[in-house]
Amino acid sequence: MNGAARAGVRLAADIGGTFTDVVLETPAGRRSCKVLTTPRAPEEGVMAGIARLFEETGLGGGDVDLFVHGTTLATNALIERKGARTALLTTAGFRDVLEMGFEKRFEQYDIGIERPPELVPRPLRFTVAERVAADGEVLVPLDEAGVAAAARAMAAAGVEAVAIGFLHAYRWPAHERRARAIVADILGPRVTVCISGEVCPEMREYERFSTTCANAYVRPLMAGYLTRLAALLEAAGIDCPLLLMMSGGGVTTLEHAARFPVRLVESGPAGGAILAAHLARECGLADVMAFDMGGTTAKVCLIVGGAAERSRRFEVARSYRNQKGSGLPLRIPVIELVEIGAGGGSIGRVDAMARITVGPDSAGSEPGPACYGRGGALPTVTDANLVLGRIDAGRFAGGRIALDADAAAAALAAGVGARLAMDAFWSAAGISEIVEENMANAARVHAIERGRVIRNFTMIAFGGAAPLHAGRLAQKLGIRRVVVPSGAGVGSAIGFLRAPIAFEVVQSDHCLLAATAPDDANARLARMREEALAVVLPAARACGIDAAAIGQARTVELRYAGQGHELTVALPDGRLDAAALAALAESFEAQYERVYGLRVPGSAVEVVTWSLTLATAAAPAARAQAAQPSDAAAPAAPRAAWEPALGRRTAFGVPWRFDRTGAERVAGPALVAEHETTTVVPAGWSASVDSLGNLVMEADA
Amino acid sequence: MSTQADAGGAMLASIHTQVMWNRLIAVVEEQAQALLRTAFGSVAREAGDLSAGVYDTGGRMLAQAVTGTPGHVNTMAAAVRHFLERFPPATMRAGDAYVTNDPWLGTGHLFDYVVVSPVFRAGRLIALFASTCHTIDVGGIGFSAEARSVFEEGTCIPHLKLMREGRLNEDVLAIIEANSRNPVEARGDILSLVSCNDVGAARLLEMMAEFGLASIDALAAHILAQSRAAARAAIARLPRGTWRAAMRLDGYDSPIDLHACLTVDGERLTVDFAGSSPASARGINSPKCYTDAYAVFGLKCLIAPEVPNNAGSLEPFEIVAPPGSVVHPSRPSPVTARHVIGQMLPDLMFGCLAEAAGGAVPGESAGSIWVLAMARDAAAGAPFNVMSVGLGGTGARPTKDGLSTTAFPSGVGGIPVEVTEAQAPLVFWHKEFRPDSGGAGRHRGGVAQRIVVGARDGGGFTCAAATFDRRANPARGRSGGADGARGRVAVETPAGQATYEGKGTIVVPPGGRRVVDLPGGGGFGDPAARDPRLVARDLANGLVSPAAARAVYGTHGDPEGGR
Repeated sequence: MNGAARAGVRLAADIGGTFTDVVLETPAGRRSCKVLTTPRAPEEGVMAGIARLFEETGLGGGDVDLFVHGTTLATNALIERKGARTALLTTAGFRDVLEMGFEKRFEQYDIGIERPPELVPRPLRFTVAERVAADGEVLVPLDEAGVAAAARAMAAAGVEAVAIGFLHAYRWPAHERRARAIVADILGPRVTVCISGEVCPEMREYERFSTTCANAYVRPLMAGYLTRLAALLEAAGIDCPLLLMMSGGGVTTLEHAARFPVRLVESGPAGGAILAAHLARECGLADVMAFDMGGTTAKVCLIVGGAAERSRRFEVARSYRNQKGSGLPLRIPVIELVEIGAGGGSIGRVDAMARITVGPDSAGSEPGPACYGRGGALPTVTDANLVLGRIDAGRFAGGRIALDADAAAAALAAGVGARLAMDAFWSAAGISEIVEENMANAARVHAIERGRVIRNFTMIAFGGAAPLHAGRLAQKLGIRRVVVPSGAGVGSAIGFLRAPIAFEVVQSDHCLLAATAPDDANARLARMREEALAVVLPAARACGIDAAAIGQARTVELRYAGQGHELTVALPDGRLDAAALAALAESFEAQYERVYGLRVPGSAVEVVTWSLTLATAAAPAARAQAAQPSDAAAPAAPRAAWEPALGRRTAFGVPWRFDRTGAERVAGPALVAEHETTTVVPAGWSASVDSLGNLVMEADA
Repeated sequence: MSTQADAGGAMLASIHTQVMWNRLIAVVEEQAQALLRTAFGSVAREAGDLSAGVYDTGGRMLAQAVTGTPGHVNTMAAAVRHFLERFPPATMRAGDAYVTNDPWLGTGHLFDYVVVSPVFRAGRLIALFASTCHTIDVGGIGFSAEARSVFEEGTCIPHLKLMREGRLNEDVLAIIEANSRNPVEARGDILSLVSCNDVGAARLLEMMAEFGLASIDALAAHILAQSRAAARAAIARLPRGTWRAAMRLDGYDSPIDLHACLTVDGERLTVDFAGSSPASARGINSPKCYTDAYAVFGLKCLIAPEVPNNAGSLEPFEIVAPPGSVVHPSRPSPVTARHVIGQMLPDLMFGCLAEAAGGAVPGESAGSIWVLAMARDAAAGAPFNVMSVGLGGTGARPTKDGLSTTAFPSGVGGIPVEVTEAQAPLVFWHKEFRPDSGGAGRHRGGVAQRIVVGARDGGGFTCAAATFDRRANPARGRSGGADGARGRVAVETPAGQATYEGKGTIVVPPGGRRVVDLPGGGGFGDPAARDPRLVARDLANGLVSPAAARAVYGTHGDPEGGR
């Protein structure tokens, strides 16, 4: 863990679209605050939050031992297409790879779809004669004069960033490197130059070029922001190490983050998943489904064996109903999660088949749900929860927003009820059931894709809207235990403080396993280790972590030659020899049989990608002690609310979460209230608070 | 009080019905995912050429997963009914599964095995699950349009019992394996079909337990009635009348004419393909089930895109075609590359609807995908056999330009050059937009591409040309829009380029390159009405040449309008 070596004072800041969350942890406890994000100069919001926490705690800059930071800045620049004026230099004959994309429609029946606009328009896509074959043979030497001419044209066009992407450079980057030297020479140090073989050394030209262009596109902006932030931190006397949260769940140095800012997208959700993984270890849970539900979307991530599942395929800035294929592909290490257009602001409607639909569009915060009274007329999930009695109109968002139940009822009746001859209450019940059903279906399909059986998982629910729906969602999935951590509203920032210093280096290969020479493999892995060490070591040293405490995980993705089912096989420690490589084939085939039910005798096994990850140890988990259950005291002021499992309204107890002690058990149906949210404990379930303050709900036997 | 409770009960029942409908759609999506994860062929996996669905005991399709190809929409709906004729419900036992790849009884060519599994609850048949996927090899001459009859195309498995009360019928599998060049994968695909049906069945039974259902008949009736009503209401919004459209295609050795006559009669819609050409001697014929699928797909895109596919929503669409025609071939016409005809049908449907929909209909697209099957046998050097695809432009939409290098109506995408080059000693020297290929119009047709491929080792190779249509007959513009550029194929040698006109196998000599110019999409509306800023943008992007800008759009690229 990043600060494990010294249990000092640690700061984390998560810049989101609306709010910037700042968390300060000291041996004495945790303080957090939310300040409004300051889009034009996001560092100001961060500093304001820090100042507020310093004021509250009496601490100062010199007291802080570590600062971990995550931001949606890069993501927003990509979504809003507000990055640098970027040029692409590519192999002659391949000017349009970026614009052709996957050459497919992402939606079958809508003839009106548009592809997302490419980051580099055609006039800024330059080509140069050069060609390297798949096996590295130079078919056409690099036309250096052509590169220089292109660079001069780029200068004339006023570009601020350059991406260079040549075919097969994932494996053979020499031409790209030479071209970078020429371009950098002509354009000077003020223009960013990124090459695909460094940013994303993976086969498949479109995804690699897309990733490289995105990196170049956001780099000037991110480098500028990080430099300004570092200066402000220094001025505030915060001279501790600054680490940046990456999408893959690890943290890295500012210098490295500024070089590869594309790896910073989606750091917020990564923080949430890291927190859930940490909680899973604290609670001793092997298989966990992290469920995060906010205002516009819900996210589900599987955590197996204490670690969030990861992948290297991600899509940013989806432009069409959050649909796969409508965004820009990025091949970077990411926490694997599924995102569903289901949040508190999701809008309920009735379709042509008289079915209630919910989302994926959201009322957002402006105008927001009808009950906010800001002019929203369409019924949302939050309106439904209010009318169903789950939300206390007077205590929503800590009492900062007064809710208008009549406006919610009117919107429900008009937007859903009128078409179905239902009153506001039943319309609300329908919206609630459908949104929970949608999330359950997405979670189940996600689990199937990953080869997991979701009913055996424990759910960890966080984010403002998750505790309202977690119980019902669990029932639908056959899950019998749900954990709602405290402080879930700033979960991502807390997660940043639990993240390891980590970096993954990957290298596509494509050769038969039988034809792989052990010496070549060892040399390649040694180079990859050097590359990862160069990133991890400085950050570890800054945090006082010894190099010996850095762990290494090496894997290789293998498949039957010509097939697409890649499976990841762990490499043994130490040098690989012929026997070790032969053993890999057997591991692959055994795993293949486990997953697909058969082997394919006579098929050669092919190496697709080598991967090496260096990471400091995960945050040590304080083991939570389960509460000793006893009968609860009679809850005060019960409230009538919708209980879907009973199919009717019934009386719910309304205990205050922080009145609970470990010895008390709350029997459902109950609405466990706290400042920022309410946890719905279904009938037939009961809840208690464990020794770490987590609310744990379980289905009665 | 009791009336209130009754009203509440009715509301609750209505909500539960909606939840169960959603669940049923999720169940078939899970079924499809389970198949996608374990299917073997790259066509199934990369292109999503597979399907999964759930049916009531009468064989009526209740829900179908949305996968990569529309070609399975009605084919699957019809296939299960054929199974029921051969295996009546009274003869079905728990643990049975049935199989066929008969193009006329399944989904249109031998490559698609269809497996149907009955589901029992408390000893009673309650539903059927069906699935299909494109398997790698079924014997015969392989994936080619060259066969002269279906007998040459591979091995046909008639309706047979694949599982008997939980036990695999190894006899059937032995026949399938013995007749495939990839027997292990063929077996794997069949087993994947069985197990994905089991995944669906298990999830359906869970749902029935959750909601305490003994049968899904009431749910099925609701789904079919609501969907039928929604489809009928959508059709009823069209004016009544009869409209005709025709389209000429290059065909294999002679041009093919497709004729369609669309009649809207209140809430029903009939398409009659009378007058269409007789079946081709080569395997580009579209069996009736496949014709139904693509015709209805085209119609639904414009009329009722939001209505899910099931027996209810498909019912108001009636498709009629003369037996023995290219859109309703009889046995033993060859059908492997059925998509060459089938994927042109949405454009023909758009043609019929152009007037009915008040002109708000896209121009024609490049249509059926060009399969770039490149190979060399051992006699000519290091042997290889790879398949890539070539995609042209889609037609301009009534309010915007067409999509460049994108398949329509197929959902298939391109294959990365780096992937193909890692599989075979080929070099792609060029894969770039083809300027002036998008049909001119107020909205421009999608731009096509040029693909140039040679062999690295100096050897020659061959390339099948059977699927390369729209070389003589371009994608036509709509409402005054110009046609898209015609497709073109050539062999390039140091002596120059020689255009290849035929549909047979192209032979690229040692040192030569194969040049493919894909067809562009048709334009929409009068080119003179195009926003000069868009013409200027196309000029700056090099997608329209200065000469074409002057000749077609009458502008020199001055955004202030030098028309």
